[in-house]
Amino acid sequence: MNALDQIFVSTSHWLTGLTPASVQPLVSMALAIAGLMAVFGTCFAVATICERKILGRMQNRFGPNRVGPFGLFQPLADGVKMLIKEDIVPFSADHAVHFLAPLALTVPVWLAFAVLPFGRNMSAIDLDAGILFFFAIGSASELAVFMAGWSSQNKYALLGAMRAIAQMISYEVPLVLASIPVLMAAGSLSLPAIVQAQNGAVMGGLPRWNVFTPWGLAGFGLFMIAAAAESNRCPFDLPEGESELIAGFLTEYSGFKYALFFLGEYLGLFAVTGLAVTLFLGGWQAPAAALEWLPSWCWFAVKFSALIFLFIWVRATLPRLRLDQLLNFAWKFLVPLALVNLVVAVVWWQSGAWRFPGALELRWLFGAGLLAGPYLWLGRALKGGKPAPHQYRYAE
Amino acid sequence: MLGRGIIKGFFETARNFCGSYYDRARLTTVQYPEVKMAPWENARTFPFLIYDGQDPIAGLRCTACTICAQECPAHCIEIVKATAKRADYLGKMQLQPKVFNIDIAVCMGCGICAEVCPFDSIKMDQIYDLLATVYDRRQTLDSVKTGQVHDQPGENHSLVLQLKDLAKSNDYFRLLHPTEAAAVDEARAEEQRKAQAKKAAATPPVAPATLATPATSAAAASIAPTMPSAK
Repeated sequence: MNALDQIFVSTSHWLTGLTPASVQPLVSMALAIAGLMAVFGTCFAVATICERKILGRMQNRFGPNRVGPFGLFQPLADGVKMLIKEDIVPFSADHAVHFLAPLALTVPVWLAFAVLPFGRNMSAIDLDAGILFFFAIGSASELAVFMAGWSSQNKYALLGAMRAIAQMISYEVPLVLASIPVLMAAGSLSLPAIVQAQNGAVMGGLPRWNVFTPWGLAGFGLFMIAAAAESNRCPFDLPEGESELIAGFLTEYSGFKYALFFLGEYLGLFAVTGLAVTLFLGGWQAPAAALEWLPSWCWFAVKFSALIFLFIWVRATLPRLRLDQLLNFAWKFLVPLALVNLVVAVVWWQSGAWRFPGALELRWLFGAGLLAGPYLWLGRALKGGKPAPHQYRYAE
Repeated sequence: MLGRGIIKGFFETARNFCGSYYDRARLTTVQYPEVKMAPWENARTFPFLIYDGQDPIAGLRCTACTICAQECPAHCIEIVKATAKRADYLGKMQLQPKVFNIDIAVCMGCGICAEVCPFDSIKMDQIYDLLATVYDRRQTLDSVKTGQVHDQPGENHSLVLQLKDLAKSNDYFRLLHPTEAAAVDEARAEEQRKAQAKKAAATPPVAPATLATPATSAAAASIAPTMPSAK
């Protein structure tokens, strides 16, 4: 079990050991980067075909089934198509910024993978402030989006970029607020330490994952909603809404640059999904000690795929929000609920010493009650009253 | 409860996802190049010309009257009349087209030509994937670029359909539009029957100069004056 579990780590060590000592740190870094790029580059290709297939099935269609057996080579065909397309830059565009924007989006997203623990001892760097680094790097994508929108010299691109920034800034708040209880529980900002803190099992055989607590469950929900918005996924994909804004900040992009944006968006989704797995689903840990024969990175992959499937499921189910609904949802619903969740978390820990029978049930009930009230009340306020009857004026 | 609709939606998509794997009837997509939907009876694309019998050219119903060419809003029909006449199904002497071209790059499939044709000769076809199935795209593109209409015999890659491409048998028409074809066939059979009866009546009996002749000649005489006035 241990050999297979540590196969990537030991291979990397072995390869590094072949090189002279002076370049070993560099080689080790290069190996980690190459591994991450290979794995998540492949993930990107697989995710596109899976997404299209699953979306198709959820809408009672076949999905792509032309290229290769069952359409499995569709990502290859898409890639070739993207690469050989003409790269059109508008005449009045700011050429340098227009060129740099896709890079500025993709590079920070790659950096975010550096701190994620993908398995036991498998994180490229174990930063003390790993999650801080993650959020800081994650907010760099806003700059890239605005670069793209501004440099395109196109009103739709600019409007799309402004919407995207309003959305990303709004949703970063609940994203961070939802993860704060986890940091408080683990007492560390380091992601491997957070995974370690979720080790073991509580009473009843449940693993000690954060998602199996009232604040963890609510936090997980809030985090996933904010993550979908943060990575411009449906139902929050209105910066790129084709029916309203042509394609938002992507309007003036074509060919390889468009593909880079696409890649950046998917990688951002992967990174934030990986973070959700780490924070709430116990990271690379097996759900029970009996299941530890499967390597830790496999468990990470299983949880990761399940969450990606969830995102695809959401995309197939929910319609796109309007801009005001989107911002109201963030500021009037998610943020207050995330703040209430902090209180729930504190109550949960303060009552952790209770030992009388039925204490666990009581703590759960208390947490659920604390959350349910604001949930219903905020939700009702969000819906608003009855809209005023619309007055139609017909041409005389 | 807040969020119930969303949960219901999730169940619906999950049901579709699982259902589409074991219930084939859920997937309504027709896999086009392998499977083709049968067109509706009244579907129409481009016009074609009907011929009776075996020979596509000799059996053409078209009399080169050029009504279709004049009525065509897009002016995509070009007709050159032949000089020689031949007898049609009623035994009348009619002209024939020497050239009958339809530019399907211009044709918009309105079907006006088929409506105005008094000879039930031009009808609407249902082939909708000409360029994908019959034509070679490169050669078609070349012919459009060069404007060259005439190709190798038996092969037409031009978007201008000629007489040999347009002439299709009545059986084909029956296959496409069974109801309309049956009505046309019946009407034509009726006309033919009447014409034959008239011919039989107009033909003098074998024995000449009998008492029976005045009746027929009188009948012929009674019709004859009306003919010019009708014109």
